[in-house]
Amino acid sequence: MGAAPRTLFDKVWDAHLVRPETRDTPAVLYVDLHLVHEVTSAQAFAELAARGLKVRRPDQTLATMDHSTPTTPGASRLTVVDDAARSQLDHLARNCSEHGIPLFPLGDDRQGIVHVIGPELGLTQPGMVVVCGDSHTSTHGAFGALAFGIGTSQVAHVLATQCLLQTRPKTMEIRVDGRLAPGVTAKDLILAIIGRLGVGGGTGHVLEYNGEAIRSLSMEERMTLCNMSIEAGARAGMVAPDDTTFEYLASRPAAPKGAAFERAVTDWRLLSTDAGTVYDRHVHLDAKALAPMITWGTNPGMSIPVNGLIPDPAEAKDERERESLSRALTYMGFRPGQALAGTPVDIVFLGSCTNSRLSDLAAAARVLRGNRVANGVRMLVVPGSQQVKRAAELQGLDRVFRDAGAEWREAGCSMCIAMNDDRVGPGRLAVSTSNRNFEGRQGPGARTLLASPLTAAATAVTGVVTDPRTILARVAA
Amino acid sequence: MSPRAPIGRFTSHWVLIPGNDIDTDQIIPARFLKTTERTGLGPHAFHDWRYQADGAQKVEFPLNQPGAAGAEILLAGHNFGCGSSREHAVWALQDAGFRAVISTRFADIFRANALANGLLPIQVEPGFHGVLVSAVPGTELTVDLANETIELADGRTTSFSLPPFSRYGLLKGVDELDFLAGAEPDIAAFESAHAARISTLAVSRSDA
Ligand code: SF4
Repeated sequence: MGAAPRTLFDKVWDAHLVRPETRDTPAVLYVDLHLVHEVTSAQAFAELAARGLKVRRPDQTLATMDHSTPTTPGASRLTVVDDAARSQLDHLARNCSEHGIPLFPLGDDRQGIVHVIGPELGLTQPGMVVVCGDSHTSTHGAFGALAFGIGTSQVAHVLATQCLLQTRPKTMEIRVDGRLAPGVTAKDLILAIIGRLGVGGGTGHVLEYNGEAIRSLSMEERMTLCNMSIEAGARAGMVAPDDTTFEYLASRPAAPKGAAFERAVTDWRLLSTDAGTVYDRHVHLDAKALAPMITWGTNPGMSIPVNGLIPDPAEAKDERERESLSRALTYMGFRPGQALAGTPVDIVFLGSCTNSRLSDLAAAARVLRGNRVANGVRMLVVPGSQQVKRAAELQGLDRVFRDAGAEWREAGCSMCIAMNDDRVGPGRLAVSTSNRNFEGRQGPGARTLLASPLTAAATAVTGVVTDPRTILARVAA
Repeated sequence: MSPRAPIGRFTSHWVLIPGNDIDTDQIIPARFLKTTERTGLGPHAFHDWRYQADGAQKVEFPLNQPGAAGAEILLAGHNFGCGSSREHAVWALQDAGFRAVISTRFADIFRANALANGLLPIQVEPGFHGVLVSAVPGTELTVDLANETIELADGRTTSFSLPPFSRYGLLKGVDELDFLAGAEPDIAAFESAHAARISTLAVSRSDA
């Protein structure tokens, strides 16, 4: 008793210390769940082979194929983009079979984006440490897990020892009071938060999202929020588990069952941050004041309200910002002070680990139902997993998209990273529900505007960047 | 790769690649991540800033300038290496001949990846960064890991700091995985005290 109050992060961190951090050595931190995909694992398995090491806990490891897999309807190994990608997929299959790691390969009905399938299977649970050779591992923090991306060397560390060397990060509370207005989504909220912090503002910190707005978000919305924590440079983002979390988990295949579930919930309830805890930093936002957001530049921190104006470098707060804004304007081909609303777009991409879950697709379908994708616009809808795809088809969402003239595709990362054939094209402008608008992220020369599924769908219908609230008012009427 | 050669002191001129928040998609674009090797990525470092669509070099890009040849130090803007966790970014820079990157801030995952591979992420104050940016091109800089200093030929110097464990490991050639493997008794004890929370094997057998 009398122990110092602790944050959610502290509790998860402390519970996973195999060895505490000392002045000279980092902590040895235990990993509960290690997710693996084709792009960042081959060299790690090679490292194990070179040292004659085995995978320590294949039963706490799960692999899938998502990044370079084709998403054309009926995709198979035959339609993989090139030999290099095929070889990478073959490497993963061989490595998994050699080490006894369960794998959901291309064609499996549980395949999907790594950050979509972990949660939907119930593998991601409160209080866990979850890692993956992928920066958007932060997604899993939505469950009150400590989840973060690692490089390939560290993938080898976890494969071999189930542990990582880590120094303790700082904590930052992001408190969001009030409720989001209709038409304003978790995506808009996280874009606003990144805009506030800047793309490096979270460096060295684990973010904990708190407040009424966060409590009222669904699990899928919390995943969208935590997913993009890395875009503020944060090590991870977390939301304390509550009834919303437990309800989501209750029926999932990997979640504990019956009495074991009740016991787990009792433990999970203890994970929230204690009253009186001091975070290293605090940031406060008012949800009510937020509008739908869209990025205009070349990093996720460069966003404006969808009806706002692109900033003028002349008004930047310092030289560094002026330089960044000017560079981004040049790449994007926009003018200072220009409005984005009304700008014609070439492509609309609905997908990625940020916004490809059932509720994202349903939100977009609400806007598209009875409408057509505008002439000259290509819209791709890429569900996050085969399971999401089937659930959407059961609800007839695929019909809504197809009838509107959008492409209904197989699960995968697709145009979020453009490692397969799904590319925007040089100079072309895309509204994308993904998480990165870096130069060339969606293919060489691609220009990306990040936005919510609602904004993306509204833009698809009109062919120009559109505030979804204008269309939502119509479809609600 | 292990066992790693120790890193000590070295002297080199640098290449300045201006711009803040340079993300790992710029350092190595995603379409080059299909390799299953750690080597061979050097020619693709900064690919889309370095080459035209037809493959011709963009002469104005710093890496394509004659002064860049042989440089072992990359001088970059604030918040270098943000974005994706791809370790390929570090491998590409090393394959292109770099042994250190100097910036005023590094993204967390990039820094960890760099340290794991022996590419030194040297964080300096904006003031000294400005000194380097405005120095005469071709000026040499000595990186001294043991003393955690960098020093210009004219004697101007500044210090930097790496996590003590990383510094020790890089100096002695001790590798992180070996160190972790040394924690085996504690890992085994932890596992016997804490039953695994999930089984991916079980969930893959059940029809989810
Ligand atoms: S959808 Fe995009 S961000 Fe997410 S894991 Fe795939 S490539 Fe990475």
